[in-house]
Amino acid sequence: MRYPFPVGDADFIQGDEAIARAAILAGCRFYAGYPITPASEIFEAMSLYMPLVDGVSIQMEDEIGSIAAVIGASWAGAKAMTATSGPGFSLMMENLGYAIMTETPLVLVNVQRSGPSTGQPTLAAQGDLMQAIWGTHGDHSLIVLTPATVQEAFDMTIRAFNLAEKYRTPVILLTDAEVGHMRERVYAPHPDELELVYRKLPANEEEAKYPFGDIHGDLVPPMPIFGKGYRTYVTGLTHDERGRPKTVDAEIHERLVKRIVGKIENNKKDIIDYETYGLEDADIAIVSFGIVARSAMRAVKELRKEGINAGLLKLNVLWPFDFELIEKIAENVERIYVAEMNLGQLYHMVKEGANGKAKVELISRIGGEVHTPGEIVERIKRDLR
Amino acid sequence: MYLKPSYEIRDKYLRKDMLPTIFCPGCGIGAVLQYTLRAIDDLGLNQDEIVWVSGIGCSSRVPGYVNFDGLHTTHGRALAFATGIKMANPDLKVIAFMGDGDAAAIGGNHLIHAIRRNLDVTVILVNNFTYGMTGGQVAPTTPKGLRGTTAPYGSFENPFDIAELAVAAGANYVARWSVFNYLQGINSIKKALQKRGFTLVEFLSPCPISFGRRNKLKTAPELIKWYQKITVPISKAKDMPPEELEGKVVIGEFVDRDRPSLVEEYEAYKRRAKKIMGWEE
Repeated sequence: MRYPFPVGDADFIQGDEAIARAAILAGCRFYAGYPITPASEIFEAMSLYMPLVDGVSIQMEDEIGSIAAVIGASWAGAKAMTATSGPGFSLMMENLGYAIMTETPLVLVNVQRSGPSTGQPTLAAQGDLMQAIWGTHGDHSLIVLTPATVQEAFDMTIRAFNLAEKYRTPVILLTDAEVGHMRERVYAPHPDELELVYRKLPANEEEAKYPFGDIHGDLVPPMPIFGKGYRTYVTGLTHDERGRPKTVDAEIHERLVKRIVGKIENNKKDIIDYETYGLEDADIAIVSFGIVARSAMRAVKELRKEGINAGLLKLNVLWPFDFELIEKIAENVERIYVAEMNLGQLYHMVKEGANGKAKVELISRIGGEVHTPGEIVERIKRDLR
Repeated sequence: MYLKPSYEIRDKYLRKDMLPTIFCPGCGIGAVLQYTLRAIDDLGLNQDEIVWVSGIGCSSRVPGYVNFDGLHTTHGRALAFATGIKMANPDLKVIAFMGDGDAAAIGGNHLIHAIRRNLDVTVILVNNFTYGMTGGQVAPTTPKGLRGTTAPYGSFENPFDIAELAVAAGANYVARWSVFNYLQGINSIKKALQKRGFTLVEFLSPCPISFGRRNKLKTAPELIKWYQKITVPISKAKDMPPEELEGKVVIGEFVDRDRPSLVEEYEAYKRRAKKIMGWEE
């Protein structure tokens, strides 16, 4: 297999470009999108590469159509992706729910910009965190990953596809204009070095009869993709194990939705990923994610130089969320600071996790500029005075 | 064409455990479904290579009743989902079974762009002039002056002519019939299913419960008689002055052509890309 970019080698590229290349290496062969700043570079890279690797990249009439086409492609057997930013992300919410309900593997990248509405199209923000987790209506769960560097954007894109295929679920890669547009050195592994996951297919006709049944006891049904003679019926209506609409049966609805939520929640250990620095002896913990975590890391180092025992928790996965981990940290520190580029979203999750065992403070920044390490240091020192 | 008894078609193509349908007495969707299945049967198409796609509405429930792969999606979006299915696996034949509100209102943008791209899909469009499932609200197809629950004094908007819209947007095949024209209907679906690119067969289809009874057309026979009154064959319509065509619905074959389809265009595009990049001669 020939690739239109260096593999098994390093390159100096943008976050958006890294996401596109990683997707192709992960086996993505269908991309549908709609132009939007600051995610367009992903689409442009896909448009350049896809025809060369016998994949499809198509510009739809809007973001609703983009995610719809991606879901269709996934049921036709392809690994598929779309990318967007705030306004387009909002438009995708209905079909994101459809993908959750129909257990369709796909990757949805949100290169966050400042909102609400059109906001600051070229500037970074982290204001879509709650929307990524809870934006579509109804009870549900899904997976949200968040990178802080261009290399992480690359690696997490591959992981996003693997998780989507493993758990038959949409996975959101929640990044931002800063990571998306920043250029850094990225190592792209040779495909032989990669461990790729492919969705479970029915082993036989009997298994194919239950496209939405927990027939393996792992809550993830095999996916009888189209065109193989399985005659699968897929609907966004509440359905039974065989996929038949059952819209007024409380028990069937509860069983279905609890399994869809359960397959994520019960596999928290496998999905959740984070990094810590200096938390072992910390009196003060900073919790952060994405681009802000890099400022927070620097701030922790500065604070420690000044004799303040600070530590960092950098979240790589935002959902499912490790509330227990936060509680454990809260038991050992005096105060937890949440640094994020919004008016407080992760803050509320951390507060719930801390469970009153430590004071939780928000270091918020909006308007498009990332917190400087100095800002975080100053705020913490001021509170300590 | 040999017309098999209905039960043969039913037993071969419907999922028995899904019956009875949700359709009301006098509804035309069953007839349109039967024409579609007869066309598939007559052509001897492989059941396992066809995917039915739909959005939301009464007619969108059809993929659940037929024993094929099927994707019952969100309101208006069937053709966007169909784009993904067809482009990811061009060996599949895609049938989109849609209602008029689903296709022309909430899905209007996807409709015109799927046609513009000449996506390889056959649309079977059940036009009952109303939103049947939600109880008879006006649709973008409701003839001006006729009533719906959201225009109880008679619609004050101009309706869309979906067939004309499809022709203008660039479809390869467009025909419109009423459910009364069953042989023409089956033949049109057969033609549509054999062509590449975007094909659309529209049916005027009775909805006595939600539409008819608000418009002095309380039963299916009354609606069908009304269709006979308002429909004009396209051959005849050509020579009629616009005043005489006022309030009429033209039926027949609107276009039959062979512009390159989206799948064909994309295949050529891939070759072009590889040539430009020097990957292939």
